Amino acid sequence: MAEGVYLKLVGARLRGQMSYRTSFALQCVAQAINQLAELAIILVLFNRVSALGGFSVAEVVLMYAIAGTAFGIADMVAGQLDELPTYIRTGTFDVLLLRPLGTLAQMMASDLHLRKVGRIVAGVGSMVYALSHNDIQWSGWAVWLVVAAPVSGAVIFSSIWVAANAVCFWVVDGQELANTVTYGSNAFTSYPATVYGPWLRRFFAFVVPGAFVAYYPSLALLGRADPLGGPGFLGWVSPVVAVVAAVVAGVVWRTAVRHYRGTGS
Amino acid sequence: MIEVRELCREFTVTTKVGRFRRERRVVRAVEDVGFDVAAGEAVGYVGPNGAGKSTTIKMLTGILVPTSGHVRVCGVDPSRGRRELARRIGVVFGQRSQLWWDLPLRDSFELLRAIYRVPRGDHASRLRECVELLELGPFLDTPVRQLSLGQRMRGEVTASLLHGPELLVLDEPTIGLDLESKERLREFLSDLNARRGTTLLLTTHDLDDIERLCPRLVVIDRGTVLADGPLDALRAEVAPERVLVIDLERPADLDGLPGVTATKVELNGLRQHLTFRRAETTAAALISAVAARAEVHDLVVVEPEIDDVVRRLYARR
Repeated sequence: MAEGVYLKLVGARLRGQMSYRTSFALQCVAQAINQLAELAIILVLFNRVSALGGFSVAEVVLMYAIAGTAFGIADMVAGQLDELPTYIRTGTFDVLLLRPLGTLAQMMASDLHLRKVGRIVAGVGSMVYALSHNDIQWSGWAVWLVVAAPVSGAVIFSSIWVAANAVCFWVVDGQELANTVTYGSNAFTSYPATVYGPWLRRFFAFVVPGAFVAYYPSLALLGRADPLGGPGFLGWVSPVVAVVAAVVAGVVWRTAVRHYRGTGS
Repeated sequence: MIEVRELCREFTVTTKVGRFRRERRVVRAVEDVGFDVAAGEAVGYVGPNGAGKSTTIKMLTGILVPTSGHVRVCGVDPSRGRRELARRIGVVFGQRSQLWWDLPLRDSFELLRAIYRVPRGDHASRLRECVELLELGPFLDTPVRQLSLGQRMRGEVTASLLHGPELLVLDEPTIGLDLESKERLREFLSDLNARRGTTLLLTTHDLDDIERLCPRLVVIDRGTVLADGPLDALRAEVAPERVLVIDLERPADLDGLPGVTATKVELNGLRQHLTFRRAETTAAALISAVAARAEVHDLVVVEPEIDDVVRRLYARR
């Protein structure tokens, strides 16, 4: 029932965006170029070095591609949360509280950044390329992982988005801080965790579970042991991490909304 | 329908003191507010800016949770049963929109139908009625962003009624509207209250709204209720004087009429403003007393402006 409402809201948004066809197409292309530009940076980098954090170019591109696809999906679904400060400042958030639906679902449904499809397409393209240029032992589990990793990654990124933006309920100017975590974790996940220093690595790998978006699943796909000494099963637990992240994000959001309405703190 | 007891709401305000120090201060926006609204009533909730009107409205609708006190709206505790309450009340904010900016009105209404899970038949009949009474037909397919303020407000009111609420809360619904739009909206709301029995609670700065719509007035200032009662009774209490404005055929001396407390003479005595207390004489007695002394051309009895009533209430504190 609630999903029906969600689909209706999304459908209405699509009709709205589709009324500017040319602009929409251009934005899609721009998003794809954006995503591929980051790929170009990796390739240029590998002109100078032969390995990055102990990984070859094809391996790094695989991590980058999984992360990019996951981030694209998350941005499409949860990117609207960047508008939260505006919603709070203009009182639009109060309007959401007047409706018989949850605020988070309404917030996400209030806009769907469909232009991010460009980013997702570029991400999937890079993934196909990387998968065909790596030596992968194909099995049913591997195929499952190829699908599960970007989807779990998208859930993890969305959770990060929700939790980070919830800061804005306490600090209306908290957007910059939230962006460091959301866009920062995207940057982190696009490269092997081994290239970062230990503190940054621990923060983005485990506090913000960024390493489970692309790093560990890629290791599992490539059949490689973690150079950092992590156990092999870490490559397979991304869906579990995603569920935990979603639950934590939900709790953070509820607490934040409770604070906004005045029972918290 | 609404039950409010000893309602309080505090906010913590942080102000900068010097370069680094910050001072936290607790401000009471609403302090010990209490009133009841029965089903079918139309109540005006008025007060100057910052009096605590909007804060009260937010607590009644479940947006804000009270610091202390008791609130029941339609038998529901708004802070706990926010979603249940949302289905049973309609809310219109004059200053913020609940419509989708870039969608046609018609699509916004359809989305609201899905959100509130209104059966198709009920939705269609309520919408048809609003479209007819508020004359929405000509701009039903126009995106909301292209509507005039008056058109948009009619859309907002429709949006708040499509799920058939028992109570309609309006926060400054006529703000910024031109006279004609205001009048049309008042007529619609008064009709809604009279025919449908929908309970109305509205805040406003436009006292004509109260005069036209609300037999009862709750006046609030600095977070506390100053007065609560029928407009007429409030008038009698704080502004017991009325003015008889009388035009004479020929100038005459009307001094010393019984019950008259002040006289103002205009147009060389052709027009006279006689202020009298309703407790001491009636308009009819005064008119016949005037007629006995001079030939009356025209007359009108002026009630104190509601503005004046509220100002006196504030002054009395």
